[in-house]
Amino acid sequence: MAVMAEPVAAQVKRSSLWSRAFESRNFLGAMFMVPAIAILILFLAYPLALGFWLGMTDTKIGGVGRYIGFANFVSLSKDSVFWLSVFNTIFYTVFASIVKFAIGLYLALLLNERLPFKSMVRAIVLLPFVVPTVLSAIAFWWIYDSQFSIISWVLIKAGILTHYIDFLGDPWNARWSVVLANIWRGVPFVAITLLAGLQTISPSLYEAANLDGATNLQRFRHITLPMLSPIIAVVMTFSVLMTFTDFQLIYTITRGGPINATHLMATLSFQRAITGGNLGEGAAISNAMIPFLVAAILLSFFGLQRSRWQQGGRD
Amino acid sequence: MSTADDQSVGMDYLESFPRKFLRVYLPLGLIIVFLLFPFYWMAVTTFKPDAEMYDYEKYNPFLIAHPTLEHIKKLFFDTDYPLWMWNTVIVSVSATCISLFASVCAAYAIERLRYKGSRYVGLAIFLGYLVPPSILFIPLAAIVFQLGLFDGNLALILTYPTFLIPFCTWLLMGYFRTIPYELEECALIDGATRLQILTKITLPLSLPGVISAGIFAFTLSWNEFIYALTFISSSENKTIPVGAITELVNGDVYHWGALMAAALTGSVPVVILYSFFVEYYVSAMTGAVKE
Repeated sequence: MAVMAEPVAAQVKRSSLWSRAFESRNFLGAMFMVPAIAILILFLAYPLALGFWLGMTDTKIGGVGRYIGFANFVSLSKDSVFWLSVFNTIFYTVFASIVKFAIGLYLALLLNERLPFKSMVRAIVLLPFVVPTVLSAIAFWWIYDSQFSIISWVLIKAGILTHYIDFLGDPWNARWSVVLANIWRGVPFVAITLLAGLQTISPSLYEAANLDGATNLQRFRHITLPMLSPIIAVVMTFSVLMTFTDFQLIYTITRGGPINATHLMATLSFQRAITGGNLGEGAAISNAMIPFLVAAILLSFFGLQRSRWQQGGRD
Repeated sequence: MSTADDQSVGMDYLESFPRKFLRVYLPLGLIIVFLLFPFYWMAVTTFKPDAEMYDYEKYNPFLIAHPTLEHIKKLFFDTDYPLWMWNTVIVSVSATCISLFASVCAAYAIERLRYKGSRYVGLAIFLGYLVPPSILFIPLAAIVFQLGLFDGNLALILTYPTFLIPFCTWLLMGYFRTIPYELEECALIDGATRLQILTKITLPLSLPGVISAGIFAFTLSWNEFIYALTFISSSENKTIPVGAITELVNGDVYHWGALMAAALTGSVPVVILYSFFVEYYVSAMTGAVKE
């Protein structure tokens, strides 16, 4: 009897352990996380760490690199093309982000008006965000063509210009041209998300302000902006991050030219690492972007905290 | 002019039409023209014969005198374009399915099981979304090479989820939060397992969220460029964006007609999908920001 009973007892014990584990939220939770965590560790966390390491080696494509400490960063600090790319990246980010914000906010305010075909207009506005960036960038490439640019043609026909503009051949023209393409691509995202924010503001606030005799500008300044500021912080953090690390638009329209005038840190890093074969140096350039990104995130995070605190809210 | 239907802001309805035209319709119209013009230009160039494309003296560049399908024909029959399209579809669909599966599980665990430390894991996954691909592509290229995945669809199918999972998980967490806990509790009391609850209660109720996460994941994969540019080398394995700008340019000769045709036909599938689900798309995008 005892001999028979033992395995049964063990079985009962084991199955209860098993089923208890399946009722345990901690165990189940961990099991559910496995697919996501496995992919993210293997293809996100590990590469991130590997990238730090590669930046401190002289790895070439197809070869094994050795540790050289900060030598890549030292040589980059003497590299005028690298500093030009830092300048270009900041220029591109600052101007594109400011204009995207301004037009995006304006467009959101316009879309928040009572309009016929409201949802259709909203759907149309979002199109540049939906269409693959590289494919729309090809259209911009053609719009900026030196001989067949439609912009030049219109300006000449209108009598404003006498000859075609060399959009992508002149350094400053090229910088402004890619900024314009980036603005075109980014405005819809800013506008639609700010519109969502506008719609959460209670109309009674505006009615109260109206009764108090507030002007349009005062209502915007004292109701719209403060109520919108948390969403503005989130949207602009994303917008700055995406603009700062942009690759597609530049690679498609100018490939960094003319004479490196539009190279961003991302495109320079691609050129050095993949085209040029110096994986280590390319990784170092990528890593040099990280401090800027962390600064952007912290700035908006603390900015958000501060504005919440000012409004007297907690959490 | 305007019907007094929705929640008006203030007393704008007292405004006269000419005033509202100047203040709202005109600027809105100008911005929309600015946003749509590149698409118009893309379409016009696609259907214009070469003779008209390079002659602005005889023909008005905004119009097409003799529409032609020559560029599209060239794109489909003289290049690897059909293969690129096939690759893009395979990669986007596979990456979307993997990401949706992983994200549904993760979001459910974080939001519903609330296991120990789930808040921190949730935050960590969200932070993953802030890591840009232009920082990851170099080490990922090294890994893809070591794993022997270089120059194949699998390299893209496995790496795209790195930016899709954080986003989808974040979006789905928001949707799961809207489903009342009581429903799950009742099912638990009735003896349903967690898996049954997920597949029979939570998932059906959050279907709109799953659909919008899927559309987002699909459009993001279709749009991806830097990984595809780095990990793929032979023409027949490329995706549309990479194929278009690396294979349709021969030295200094740009085949503008074919390039524009590729841009147009490569955009169409995403735009069609988007137009069917635009309400989901917009609400997911704005909902994700409100969180």
